[in-house]
Amino acid sequence: MSADLDQLENQSIYILREAYNRIDKLAMLWSIGKDSNALLWLCRKAFFGRIPFPVVQLDTAMELPEVYEFRDRITKEWDLDLKVEQCPPEEEMDQTLPPLTRAAARKTEGLKNLLRDHAYQGVMVGIRRDEQATRAKERVFSPRSLEGDWDVKDQPAEFWDHYKTRFPEGVHVRIHPLLAWTELDIWRYSQREGIPIVPLYFARDGKRYRSLGEKNITFPVDSTASTIDEIIAELQVTRIPERAGRAMDNESEDSFERLRSVGYM
Amino acid sequence: MPHSQLRIVIVGHVDHGKSTLIGRLLNDTGSLPDGKVEQVREMSRKRGMPFEWAFVMDALQAERDQGITIDTTQIHFKTKQRPYVIIDAPGHTEFLKNMVTGASQADAALLVIDADEGALEQSRRHAFLLHLLGVRQVAVVVNKMDKVEFSSRRYEAVAQEIKDYLAELGLQPKAVIPVSARNGDNIVSRSEQSEWYLGPTVIEQLDAFRPQQTSPDQPLRFPLQDVYKPDDRRILAGRIESGRLRVGDTLHFSPTGASARVVSIEAWNHPETVLSAQAGQSIGITLDKRIFAERGHIAHHQADAPVLAHRLSVRLFWLVSDPLVVGKTYTLKIATGEHRVTVEQVTAVIDVEDLSSTPGKAVRRNEVAEVVLRSRSPIALDLASELPRTGRGALIDGNDVVGGCLVVEIEDAAAANITEVSHTVSLEERAQSNGHKGGIVWLTGLSGAGKSTLAMALERALFDRGWQTFVLDGDNVRNGLNAGLGFSADDRAENIRRVAETAKLFADAGMVVIASLISPLKSDRARARVIGGERFHEVHVAANLATCEERDPKGLYRKARAGEIAEFTGISAPYEAPDQPELVIDTDALSRSEALARLLDYVDETLGKNSLKSGKELTYVI
Repeated sequence: MSADLDQLENQSIYILREAYNRIDKLAMLWSIGKDSNALLWLCRKAFFGRIPFPVVQLDTAMELPEVYEFRDRITKEWDLDLKVEQCPPEEEMDQTLPPLTRAAARKTEGLKNLLRDHAYQGVMVGIRRDEQATRAKERVFSPRSLEGDWDVKDQPAEFWDHYKTRFPEGVHVRIHPLLAWTELDIWRYSQREGIPIVPLYFARDGKRYRSLGEKNITFPVDSTASTIDEIIAELQVTRIPERAGRAMDNESEDSFERLRSVGYM
Repeated sequence: MPHSQLRIVIVGHVDHGKSTLIGRLLNDTGSLPDGKVEQVREMSRKRGMPFEWAFVMDALQAERDQGITIDTTQIHFKTKQRPYVIIDAPGHTEFLKNMVTGASQADAALLVIDADEGALEQSRRHAFLLHLLGVRQVAVVVNKMDKVEFSSRRYEAVAQEIKDYLAELGLQPKAVIPVSARNGDNIVSRSEQSEWYLGPTVIEQLDAFRPQQTSPDQPLRFPLQDVYKPDDRRILAGRIESGRLRVGDTLHFSPTGASARVVSIEAWNHPETVLSAQAGQSIGITLDKRIFAERGHIAHHQADAPVLAHRLSVRLFWLVSDPLVVGKTYTLKIATGEHRVTVEQVTAVIDVEDLSSTPGKAVRRNEVAEVVLRSRSPIALDLASELPRTGRGALIDGNDVVGGCLVVEIEDAAAANITEVSHTVSLEERAQSNGHKGGIVWLTGLSGAGKSTLAMALERALFDRGWQTFVLDGDNVRNGLNAGLGFSADDRAENIRRVAETAKLFADAGMVVIASLISPLKSDRARARVIGGERFHEVHVAANLATCEERDPKGLYRKARAGEIAEFTGISAPYEAPDQPELVIDTDALSRSEALARLLDYVDETLGKNSLKSGKELTYVI
């Protein structure tokens, strides 16, 4: 029984189609993690096999080798229109940020460059509400200024699946089709659909990546789950937060909020 | 354990303890991640505050610093029975649009009321909005019982008051639960301090709520989102909002009236052929015929069609500081269809305190009201009480969603036409015979902007093409029809009203009326638009004041400057330029012939031969 997954899938497809119809120039961010892989899969369902917009990786050259290998294989197999955006170096980041947060901020700057250079009006991002408390406050269609600033205190009203799809010049919109999914939903869906997964998520020598990020700021957590079944069983009992292995989240009380308010995903 | 989540929104007045209740629920059900309580203890310590459960929910620095919830948030937790999503909605009036955002997604609601303070304004407003938003399962939590020493009398008083209020909205709370969120009484376990209370604990009540069900037995409504051509297939994509469709069904499309049979339900990576689909599913279909169908059209079966309406009453909530005003035009979005609607009347502004209502001219931020809307083109819709998903919508002004509404009464367009047009010659027949539609081209602008010149040139050009047309000039009508009127504010408004009514008669007779009046006030033009309805076309003939004054064809500016004319528009009285006219003709930038060409193009497109056809085929390519 997975009627709940059907419901989530139908809702995400609805959002994807709204975005594609309403937003002129659209791209999807692909981090190669489990969530954005599921999002790619949903795009293929929504548009009957072919994804009608480019898929962008914000690359810091710090991903693990398995990630690059997976990216290249899937790009070819799924015939993706992949664009790789190289992120600027850490020295150019806001030096008042704590060091690990600074490393994460590189992606924000990479995204800004991407938006500026290609004039995208909308980017789809596979974030979820249950990952992190500030993400829990997100809208499905979330407007940002040109600098990427997120005005969390004045977000648009969003009800009955009516999303904000009109914007003044210079504003872009983040579209979050997976907002209502949980980590467990993503794994159950990946299992049901047979969505390919980067092998780093499966435990080796008592450790696995629960959340996949760059090698300098993400660490594997203790686990023996080496199959999707075992991961699902693990998640049903764990009390360790998903992003525990993400160094930048835990550097200071508001490090993640600061990252997000200036444009982090 | 089932995976299907129940979505619960927690609402209530600011400071009545919503976030605290959630923090307590999470903690007492063992749903907080390791380390979270220590983290919150540390946050409280840093701010020199006692331990605050609310910090578990309030994620933003500003929320923790001010001790209030600003934006809605969601958090997951489980009971033994099932998983939940808890939606925290801010209680502060200022953040009502965030409350609406949160509550609209819920299956059920907990309304939190302070035992000491009782139901306050936002408690009532939230209850009212829950009702509007379609949340029908509500339980009341009487919080801070520790402050009133768990007095059963106090509890009874608060409970009775809110039950009476909810009853007037047609809501009956499933339970009214006395709790102390701070201390954990009656949240997960039964409190010894309230032995007089025999009802459920908060957790027991949550488990007793039922998920919202959609029945596939309702009439089919399949609003189109888009049309895709991934290959040689032409796929109509959308989500079924109610009912069910099957391969082989004949579908009818509103408002076009087109029909075709369903050949297939398309699916990607789905080995079995799909033969039917029902409410909630995002699907794509192919048809046996190439009909004109696009986003916003609603597919349905021949029996049980939606109503086609030009005029509808809605109950609405308003979210922005710019008030809704009579005469103003907004976009009404129902399912995926967008329609221009003009506010004809504010029938009632509802006072949420005592539910009394008064007619008005405007609806202000956070108010709820009943309003009559008129649309230029027919809208396919349903009554919210029958099919909520195609009977409710969002109102959009410019770039923003500014309010939401439920359709409570519909004037059926077909029925309305029979009573309105008792003529044996119909509007359509006149249009077919003339080769163009009737309409009102309303030219507004400063004196000297070029209205009269343009009006006369347009009349000539249309007449030469064989059109039925006539100019109503502001100065000319004052010699006859409006000879008795002076120049006071009331008389000017009446002058415009009469011109609009006259223009409407001409337009009904099939003519293109060109009304040329300064008509400086938005309110007067808005009234003219309501009179003219969908046949009214506002054209702003724009020019700089300096240009107009230089042209001064009638020598009026000179006199006004000399003080010989009082309240002359542009000099001593304001000109309110239209916000969203159908057309702007800038006579500063355009030559006389360019201006005429542009105006002719517009009239041709909206009233000419092509506008008489039902629609043209468009192609969509991915």
